[in-house]
Amino acid sequence: MKKYTFTEKKDTRSGFGAGMHVLGQQNPNVVALCADLVGSLKLEPFIKENPERFIQCGISEANMIGLSAGLTIGGKIPFATTFANFATGRVYDQIRQSVAYSNKNVKICASHAGLTLGEDGATHQILEDLGMMKMLPGMTVINPCDFNQTKAATIAIAEYEGPVYLRFGRPVIPVFTDPDQKFEIGKAWMVNEGTDVSIFATGHMVWEAIQAGEMLEAEGINAEIINIHTIKPLDEEAILKSVEKTGCVVTAEEHNRIGGLGDSVAQVLVKHKLAPQEYVAVNDSFGESGTPAQLLEKYGLTAKHIVEAAKRAIARK
Amino acid sequence: MEIEQLEKVASQVRRDIVRMVHGCQSGHPGGSLGCTELLVALYFERLKLKEQDGKPVFDMNGTDEDLFFLSNGHISPVWYSVLARRGYFPVAELATFRKLDSRLQGHPTTHEHLEGIRIASGSLGQGLSVALGAAMAKKLNNDKGHVYVLMGDGEQQEGQVWEAAGFAPHHEVDNLIAFIDLNGQQIDGPTVKVMNNRDLGKKYEAFGWEVISIEEGNDMAAVLKGLYEAKSRLGHGRPILILLHTGMGFGVDFMMGSHKWHGVAPNDEQLAAALGQLEETLGDY
Repeated sequence: MKKYTFTEKKDTRSGFGAGMHVLGQQNPNVVALCADLVGSLKLEPFIKENPERFIQCGISEANMIGLSAGLTIGGKIPFATTFANFATGRVYDQIRQSVAYSNKNVKICASHAGLTLGEDGATHQILEDLGMMKMLPGMTVINPCDFNQTKAATIAIAEYEGPVYLRFGRPVIPVFTDPDQKFEIGKAWMVNEGTDVSIFATGHMVWEAIQAGEMLEAEGINAEIINIHTIKPLDEEAILKSVEKTGCVVTAEEHNRIGGLGDSVAQVLVKHKLAPQEYVAVNDSFGESGTPAQLLEKYGLTAKHIVEAAKRAIARK
Repeated sequence: MEIEQLEKVASQVRRDIVRMVHGCQSGHPGGSLGCTELLVALYFERLKLKEQDGKPVFDMNGTDEDLFFLSNGHISPVWYSVLARRGYFPVAELATFRKLDSRLQGHPTTHEHLEGIRIASGSLGQGLSVALGAAMAKKLNNDKGHVYVLMGDGEQQEGQVWEAAGFAPHHEVDNLIAFIDLNGQQIDGPTVKVMNNRDLGKKYEAFGWEVISIEEGNDMAAVLKGLYEAKSRLGHGRPILILLHTGMGFGVDFMMGSHKWHGVAPNDEQLAAALGQLEETLGDY
């Protein structure tokens, strides 16, 4: 089994900021918009070098989405940025009509997604965003796993023509992927090959899955771990190939178990290859205040929970 | 184009509107009839449009031309008719309005690639934001074209409109002219009764807009004059709002001034009565 190590911990939102910094220098059509959260989205380097290509929207997210749709009409590539809750649930109809249905080249970039936003509590901890966004026809939905992957994804979506939802977060987590990786939208990343159980993880849960893989190995269980950074379009081929080999599945996501990665994988299994599946996800509830680590523990989203789910899945084979 | 010619176009557009709505027994004739002078004046006289051999050429980005956005998408019949009569797509296609497999959806959309349309609208309150984005893109591109956007007066009850209203003067978006169709009616009744907007002009002024009123929004000369005046005030650091006073259902006597024809189609008899009041000037589709 491949060992993953890290020398530093960083937040994925800083990966986004680093990606925007690069885009500011490379692509003159990229425009950044923000709804009064410039510091949280790590946009300072972009703004400093490209003040004319930054649009401060104030606390007006609906307007920000409409502005973004309008900017594409002049050939711009708008990156609309705010917290994930305000980037999705608050403006769902604006995204639906002005972006998705109108097929506009808008990049909705959302930080502070999920429980790991922490102390601000449930009002800000959106756990439904992946579901809402993936239900929109034509929307690409991406949830990268660490700083490097988020940076690479940010750069990649500017090259892709069409609406994108890019989700990232606040906590500092290990940086374990290649800093020079090329991000391929819709292509799952094989983290570790295995034979006993397929663990499909997204976002912050990928590192938890890697740790779970090591814990399982110590018990003689050989887990295959795949990073599903693109929820839509889903890499069905990679999923099926893995399940053909292992015969059972664990999905891990920092999201409500209804409507997220787990359900997307389940649809593939139901249609092509029936196999036991266990969900590691929030059990249809809101979150609460606490530290990220406390919340992941309380809501069942740690490596230990993935290990337990893997054993349950294997037992059901 | 001379005023008499523009009025002739308007008469034909009104015939198209009632025939389209009758043809599918659904749609919104009232607001469409009320905004006919505005859309004819814009597309046949005031908008700088890209043309080749006298016909408009549509490209999504609209570089170096003026752009029009319809925020209150339910008055699609007037827009479709004006776009077709202006040459964006075949006039015969008006017969497909709201029917299965049509590019003329109930509310405008880019989804079916209908020439002239750059954004979907229908869910209210979004068009001003989109128009502002397009206007800012023009500024970033050093494009001298202007952006026009029409909203309804009932639509002013949507919160997003006021997010955009606050944004535009702050960012000095002075290459944009917005209209509010002040027909005083919405689905559930007169706007003053349903949800009184009170002093819309003063509100926009307080937000930092320059506000112009066209009192006779169904008088072609008055509309042309108002558009000319508004355009002359562009480029001075402030967005422009035109309060366009219109009559809902204008041009068809039994549809005029009542919310009852907001979203109701005429029957055969009513269609005949309506067409009897509207001269066929350019040939029915």
